[in-house]
Amino acid sequence: MRVRSYLQSILRQFVLGGGSDPDPVLELPGSAFALSYAPRSATLRRVWLDTFDWRLYRAGLTLEQATRSGGRAELVLTGRDGEVIAEDHLARRQRPGGGEAGAGPARPAWPGLLDALPLGPLRDHLGPVVGVRALLPVARAVSVLRDMRVLNSDDKTIARACLDRMSVTYPEAGTAPPRLSLTGLRGYHAQALRVAEWLAAAPGVTDASQTGLEAALAVAGRRPADYSSKIDVTLAPRMPAAAAIAAVLTALFDTLVANVNGTVRDIDTEFLHDLRIAVRRTRSALKLTGDVLPSGMVGRFRPEFKWLGDLTTPTRDFDVYLLGFSGMAARLTAATPDELQPFHDHLERSRAAAQRELARGLRSARFSGLGREWRHALAAAATGSTRPTAARLAASRIGRAHRRVLRDGGAIRATSPPESLHELRKRCKELRYLLEFFGSLYDPGEHWRAVRELKALQDCLGEFQDMQVQHEEIRAFAAQMMERRAAPATTLLAMGEIAAGLAARQQQARSEFAGRFREFASPAAQSRFRALTGAAAT
Amino acid sequence: MRIFATYNIKGGVGKTATAVNLSYLAAQDGYRVLLWDLDAQAAASFLFRIRPRVKGGGKALIRGTRSIDGAIKATDFDNLDLLPADFTYRNLDLLLDAAKKPASRLGSLLAPLSSQYDVVFLDCPPGISLLSESVLHAADALLVPLIPTTLSVRTLDQLTEFIGRLDGTRPAILAFFSMIDRRKRLHREISQQLPAQRADVAATAIPSLSLIEQMSVQRAPVTAFAPRSTAARRYAELWREARERTGLPAPARDPRIQ
Repeated sequence: MRVRSYLQSILRQFVLGGGSDPDPVLELPGSAFALSYAPRSATLRRVWLDTFDWRLYRAGLTLEQATRSGGRAELVLTGRDGEVIAEDHLARRQRPGGGEAGAGPARPAWPGLLDALPLGPLRDHLGPVVGVRALLPVARAVSVLRDMRVLNSDDKTIARACLDRMSVTYPEAGTAPPRLSLTGLRGYHAQALRVAEWLAAAPGVTDASQTGLEAALAVAGRRPADYSSKIDVTLAPRMPAAAAIAAVLTALFDTLVANVNGTVRDIDTEFLHDLRIAVRRTRSALKLTGDVLPSGMVGRFRPEFKWLGDLTTPTRDFDVYLLGFSGMAARLTAATPDELQPFHDHLERSRAAAQRELARGLRSARFSGLGREWRHALAAAATGSTRPTAARLAASRIGRAHRRVLRDGGAIRATSPPESLHELRKRCKELRYLLEFFGSLYDPGEHWRAVRELKALQDCLGEFQDMQVQHEEIRAFAAQMMERRAAPATTLLAMGEIAAGLAARQQQARSEFAGRFREFASPAAQSRFRALTGAAAT
Repeated sequence: MRIFATYNIKGGVGKTATAVNLSYLAAQDGYRVLLWDLDAQAAASFLFRIRPRVKGGGKALIRGTRSIDGAIKATDFDNLDLLPADFTYRNLDLLLDAAKKPASRLGSLLAPLSSQYDVVFLDCPPGISLLSESVLHAADALLVPLIPTTLSVRTLDQLTEFIGRLDGTRPAILAFFSMIDRRKRLHREISQQLPAQRADVAATAIPSLSLIEQMSVQRAPVTAFAPRSTAARRYAELWREARERTGLPAPARDPRIQ
């Protein structure tokens, strides 16, 4: 069985016998066609790859690494209709003791970043979708494939079929129902369609509604794209506010926990990023709405989540630098990128130390204790006080946060100190989180518009703040490196050039602020905002 | 796209067996191959179990009222397609005669397929006609099976002379001995002497073997159903020689993954 012909130009796929018969024998009695089975089966090891947040699946793409028994691994990227978009042939695994076992680029180990793949069309296609995320196995299976030819009365092959008996090994072991794929041949399309119709009408045969990946996940009772870093809760306007906040906090904690393993294993930078956002949202929810929770709960847990947030900060700070490093280096005009290498090395070393601390913290008894107690407290909170309702709480807190943004932003002048913008940024973030917590209460279109208008202001404030922080940090790094005699003068000069660039970008953001705020605070935008929360609360 | 034609003025010399086996071997090498069965007797179509019928007949193809693309059928083998024969092909001469620029007509019909196929084989009917002239214009190389007799050598000379008089690009000629009967002294002598004397005669010769005749019973190339037989080995040697002599580039794709 050749992988490519297996995946390509499939006319129609069927599921046979609901999985009860492990080795169904197909026949086409009464039709004008006969089936001829290949003498031997072929075994195909399959690994489906995606990012943790299912970027490929959400983009309508499927990436499968398929290895024939005794053959090379092939990576095939297919589109929504199963059409092959790009592929790569990888060498067999390196044998112990050296010696490449086959031609082609070495087979990457998963999970892995995209730069583990050879340069070429496959990587080009994946790059914009996958971004900085790692590819990791989302399902594994072994398929035993039996080729068949569909013959007409001249014993001429007019279509090919392949019976796929798939044993899933990950995420859970199990057997998927046998699948039959029918592939047409040039010049025999009409006859192949007749065979397909005939098969579809045969007892125990149904059209396959799932792809191979979906079938593999279904064995574990899962579906693709079952993780998102967005807050996925559905609240009812009249539900008790305490129950609503408990539901939001539970969803946030689920997201946090889902990202712990990837953060500890340091699979990619976005696990930590999503984990931090879940912590930050949790802290904001406690601060802004914690009064509806049972007494003592906020006081007990706020310090713990602050600890967790602080634990994650150093690694993320280095990540931000390292992710933007090539961009920073490219913007140098006087210095050359090579001169920054000692700075890069310094960042890498510092990050590695910070990551070790972070992993230790996430494996600590303090963190596991926090998880247990937090879940327990949330379960109790959900059954607490019935007043106020979720919609009333949302309207009052969003309204208050909105008014504070308008008040603080309106007070900012050209001469105001940077701290006033930083404070406004925090207020905007609180408003944004509240909008996200209670988003399911509102009309999706109006909600999206309110978030978009706020986001435009946040982007400007975020740029201002980030540039300031990075500017201060790079000066601190330079001082550290000088103290340790870890950098030649050329590196320090290059870092100086970067610092100047950061200051210029901060200045640019500062000059854009007034216009952005004017738009956000326009009477039309203000009345839209009030209407959004008002409608649900009445 | 490289076009090979199996051609001889005489019939029954092994043209179809050569076209069928060499096209199969080319496909096995990973080339995308089309075999056009131009002979109304439809032997190549029969050997691939494909019904000798083209919608609209030869007329629609030659006139271009139906696309050649829609008439192509997949064989049972990867990378190998066939454009079947049709009974109306017996009138291809008349049809070509009625067409504009008849001599270059086949070439212009095949040109749009160059992105789909690396190699085309034309299996020609015997005779010397307007169709043969069009084949000679379209082909990059002629594969000419010869029965080892004095007369057949004369036929090769006549063909060479005829091609020499053609305008424009001329096909390379690669003649080879076919249907050699090792029991006949004349066959042995001519098939050994001539390749040494003439550059246009291949070193490989195809013996007369009953296994080759078995193709019409098996309805498959002997290179497919008896790949280790002497017959299959000889065809493989002939294909290697044809590929090398015509400088055919290696296939772009790895045959193992198609």
